[in-house]
Amino acid sequence: MTDSTEPQTTQGTDTARASELSVVAKFIRATELDTRMLGMIGALLLIWILFDIFSGGLFLTPRNLWNLSVQTASVAVMATGMVLVIVTRNIDLSVGSILGFVGMIMAVTQAELLPVYLGFGFDNPLTWIIALLVGIVVGAAIGGLHGYIIAYLGVPAFIVTLGGLLVWRGAAWWVTSGRTVAPMDSTFRLMGGGPAGSIGEIASWIVGLIVCVALVAMIFNSRRQRKRFQFPLRPVWAEVFLGTLGCFLVLGAVLIANIYYWPIGIIRKQIKAGLLEGVETEIFIGHGVAIPVLIAICVAIVMTFLATRTRFGRYVFALGGNPEATDLAGINTRWVTMKIFIIMGVLCAIAAAISTARLNAATNAQGTLDELLTIAAAVIGGTSLAGGVGTIAGAMIGALVMQSLQSGMVLMGLDTPLQNIVVGIVLVIAVWLDSVYRRAQH
Amino acid sequence: MNTNTATQPLVDMRELSISFGGIHAVEQASVDLFPGEVVALLGHNGAGKSTLIKILSGAYQRDGGEIDIDGSLATIDNPRDAKGYGIETIYQTLALADNVDTAANLFLGRELLTPWGTLDDVAMEAKAREVMGRLNPRFQRFKEPVKALSGGQRQSVAIARAILFNARILIMDEPTAALGPEETAQVSELILQLKSEGIGIFLISHDIADVFDLADRVAVMKNGQVVGYAKTGDVDKDEVLGMIILGKCPPGATPGPGALAS
Ligand SMILES: Nc1ncnc2c1ncn2[C@@H]1O[C@H](COP(=O)(O)OP(=O)(O)OP(=O)(O)O)[C@@H](O)[C@H]1O
Ligand SMILES: [Mg+2]
Repeated sequence: MTDSTEPQTTQGTDTARASELSVVAKFIRATELDTRMLGMIGALLLIWILFDIFSGGLFLTPRNLWNLSVQTASVAVMATGMVLVIVTRNIDLSVGSILGFVGMIMAVTQAELLPVYLGFGFDNPLTWIIALLVGIVVGAAIGGLHGYIIAYLGVPAFIVTLGGLLVWRGAAWWVTSGRTVAPMDSTFRLMGGGPAGSIGEIASWIVGLIVCVALVAMIFNSRRQRKRFQFPLRPVWAEVFLGTLGCFLVLGAVLIANIYYWPIGIIRKQIKAGLLEGVETEIFIGHGVAIPVLIAICVAIVMTFLATRTRFGRYVFALGGNPEATDLAGINTRWVTMKIFIIMGVLCAIAAAISTARLNAATNAQGTLDELLTIAAAVIGGTSLAGGVGTIAGAMIGALVMQSLQSGMVLMGLDTPLQNIVVGIVLVIAVWLDSVYRRAQH
Repeated sequence: MNTNTATQPLVDMRELSISFGGIHAVEQASVDLFPGEVVALLGHNGAGKSTLIKILSGAYQRDGGEIDIDGSLATIDNPRDAKGYGIETIYQTLALADNVDTAANLFLGRELLTPWGTLDDVAMEAKAREVMGRLNPRFQRFKEPVKALSGGQRQSVAIARAILFNARILIMDEPTAALGPEETAQVSELILQLKSEGIGIFLISHDIADVFDLADRVAVMKNGQVVGYAKTGDVDKDEVLGMIILGKCPPGATPGPGALAS
């Protein structure tokens, strides 16, 4: 410790030690990169490369990566909410069942209620938004009910949501007595991806560029803010490096989505319908980023904003670290808890929309076991079950890891029982490695 | 019973009682506090000091009794209510949110916001550096969660939080228990300064010498009851020790309901 109050020499002891740090450690310190996040991304890349080798080059193709992104979307959306739930030392075992129930409600709304009973007819342009809003309201109400019982009546979240797991699965069956509802509204279906449910090449580049500009603006803004109060700044080379890396990753992802071309069958159909002209083998139309992936990314951005930039987010983390202290600080902790479960319910509804749209149907078993994937995604993504720690970005990567494992094993032709065994083992190892990492940090 | 009878008391706690499953932690305890006055609460371990002030700070709901603030009846059902009356508390357990940093703790529940309604972390950190600089100039670890701080540093954070928002009534439950001599001296200075600004302070401490240096009056508790009250000028240290240990009220003190019948 030094007595100096000059910003550049903060953390006297650490600065003294810095001279002995290795190049890697210096690099990480300068860029302020989260080593845990780096480790997770490394693990993800390792999984991808191994699957690519074992599946004979089938994994790292634009087609598979694009599918992976679409398949991850629904669980990723719910995982962002699960982070807040787990951070506050709660758990939500009911998300899969809520997804099933809300999906059923949305399906019945758009396939039966609106067109038949309310006279909207089929493929009315308003149908999709009404169905989605109905779903979100129902999801919020269910989440609010859970949250109320947990926060105000004091029943542990584990029990309330275990009850919810059974109740909402049963309720989903009840809506149609177990009958599958199909097909979905054509606009609604865009939320599920597919060639039509993707935004195409040009729009994808535009989105990619907007993200890059936003990234650079954020780096500049944070630098300006820190300058204003004369806080220590990152070296310029580190800022440039981070900005370049971020833009490179974003544009790389867009490129991959754009070189996954429409399957020839669809091109043939479009030519027949007179929508396209030319020779079917010479037409290459890239999918671009899928709409469900865009939805998931938007959800992640909004949730990250909530978690890190708002009072609500601050209270969530404080509550997770020390509930009593948060209460004594004058924060209405019950209401915060209830809000978290309302958000979780809304996210389940969004995930339900993605999943029903993708399947083009609502089935009684939809979302079964999704609660486990969602919890696993959050935990692999660094959310601590002891509370107080977790990031939205981590949960998104966690969801990608879980989905990569599953898709990869399907590509390799592994049997379902074996898949389950592998996923279970990976989950335990991941959490063990995390606890080793955390211990090493202190 | 008080130093300046001219003004009305800032706080008047009357016959407060609370019990936890049959244990009478606080029984019919009455204490008052005037602006610019330091009242020390003394007593053996488990006497009920922390419990009494936690009723005032809204952490516990009392079973009986009344609290007046500025002469009118106050409703304090939770910590938010208490803060509304300008009551700030440094808890014995510090009550810090361990996993967020110093600035986040200082402003917990009263965050500074940007014009867009988002957290203004930079401004909060700047203010945190300023306040902590006054209390503990050596302190530099602003980026770390407070669980990574030493006991004394954590205590400094808890003190800084209590004085940050213009408290009118300050409750300090063993505020210097973990502090080094230099930092303790700083807190003593701080108490005198706040006192001169007209803030009323309840000070809980086991250090009798400190109490005689800082407090205008003492109130001694034993087994949940008040043994007696005294101006620090009217009694000596041994007499106060007698009150704490034996519950014996000396001639210079006013006996309370817990005084040893003689
Ligand atoms: N939340 C609680 N639940 C049950 N009993 C409690 C609770 N809080 C305090 N008590 C009991 O009330 C009595 C008074 O405790 P209190 O913490 O007020 O003592 P204190 O005077 O502050 O002691 P110390 O000097 O050790 O801090 C003790 O017997 C304690 O066991
Ligand atoms: Mg105590």
